[in-house]
Order: sequence, then C-alpha cells, then structure tokens
Amino acid sequence: MSSEAQVVQDTVSAAPVAAPETKSMSMIVTKGSLDWAYPPFILATTAAAMGLPVTMFFTFYGLPLLLKKLDLTLTAAGNPAMKMPMMGAHMGLPNILTAIPGVDAACSKMMKNLMNKKGVASIEDLRELAIEADVRMIACQMTMDLFEYSLDDMIEGPELGGAATYIECATQSDINLFI
Amino acid sequence: MADHTLDAKGLNCPLPILKARKALKEVPAGGTLEILATDPGSVADFEAFCRQTGNELLEHSVDDSSYRFLIKHTAA
Repeated sequence: MSSEAQVVQDTVSAAPVAAPETKSMSMIVTKGSLDWAYPPFILATTAAAMGLPVTMFFTFYGLPLLLKKLDLTLTAAGNPAMKMPMMGAHMGLPNILTAIPGVDAACSKMMKNLMNKKGVASIEDLRELAIEADVRMIACQMTMDLFEYSLDDMIEGPELGGAATYIECATQSDINLFI
Repeated sequence: MADHTLDAKGLNCPLPILKARKALKEVPAGGTLEILATDPGSVADFEAFCRQTGNELLEHSVDDSSYRFLIKHTAA
C-alpha cells in the first residue's frame, strides 16, 4: 500500500471537516474590452468552483460579452498603466499612437498571444466554464433595447432582467461586486 | 498513489482551481486527488480553496519549479 493510501485509511475515521456556511456572490458586469472581461469571468468561475451560487448581471458595454461570437479587443488609449513586457523591458504606448488605424488591433493580438503563452484562459473558455458551473447570467433588458440586440444574438442560457431583478438578487447575496 | 492525478502544469489562475474542482467530482468521497502545477499563485489558492470548500489539503510540496498538491475529497 502506498503512503497516500495509508493517509486516506488513517483519516477516514477522523471527524469530518465541517462544511463552511454557503455564501453567494453577484456581480454587475459593465465593461466589455478584452482586459476588463477577465475579472468578472475569473471571479465568477472561481467562486462557483468554491461552491458559491453566482449571478452575473450584464449591462451596458458588458452586455456584448454574451454575444455568440466574441471578438474582444483592447486599447492603450487613456491607460498609462498598460505596459507590455517587451525585450526585457516594459513598453507603454503614447495616446497619440493608439489613434493610428490597426494599432489597437495589433495590441489586442499581442495581448492574446501573451496570455496564450502564459497559460491564461481565453474569455471564450472562461465563459464556457461559467455556464458549465451553472453561473446564473442576466442580460440587461434596457441595454438590449438600447443597443438593439435580441436574445438570438446571444449564447444559450442568459435570462432577461432589469434593475429590480438584480437588486432582488443582490439583497440575497453575501458578496456584490461592480466591475 | 492518489486516486486521480491532474496535470495543471503551464496553466495560470484560475484554471488550476477550476480543473481541480472538476476533477474532484470524479473522485469518490474519501479519495484523493493529486494536482501538479507550475503557477506559484496556486499555493495560496489551493489552501484557500480547501478551507472554503471543506476538502482537506493533505500535502503540498515543491519540486524544482513545479508544485504538487494532494487533496482529500471530504466535502460534497
């Protein structure tokens, strides 16, 4: 018998670990650029993996994160903190260069390549994992109307709701985030 | 040997945790899951994961730049 098996044998009769009280989490997802899409999906999938019921409310620029086909991009414009590792240094991009056509697309591609190289999941993968983990997703009805989307444009699963739907959920959640 | 082994090497936060959660579902109650990872953040994260979910972190060790965790499936 291996040592691990022995460990299992020895601890089977020990007192069971008390299951911690179940907490729940909700978040409002308001941003849909490649970089800003990460925090909500990372936290939602992780919380779900840790046993928390999770609700995500997608509104304004967060709503397109529910579209069937994602083509997420980012911009360094107005973001002096975005410095990419390059040739042993960290390079930022002056605002004026971000106005040149193709620069944002190139930056987005670089970021995706970097993430892939570092083993960071794609947003598509995290979204799929969130759905698998039964994360509840609410698409903001007002934003659907405002930006002229229909549920046919969206992945399977999200329900429609408004501010009251979210507030009801938030009153029952232990953790409420606005991202 | 652990009942199941998960190779999460090369994966970054939160993938080792998400994959471990999935893999734990395949481990019978009282069984063990071994996880191999290279993400240095996984050390603190697996400790927190186990505290929160009520599963037991039996061992963790470092070998060169890779980490090994042994989790006992004690929670639902």
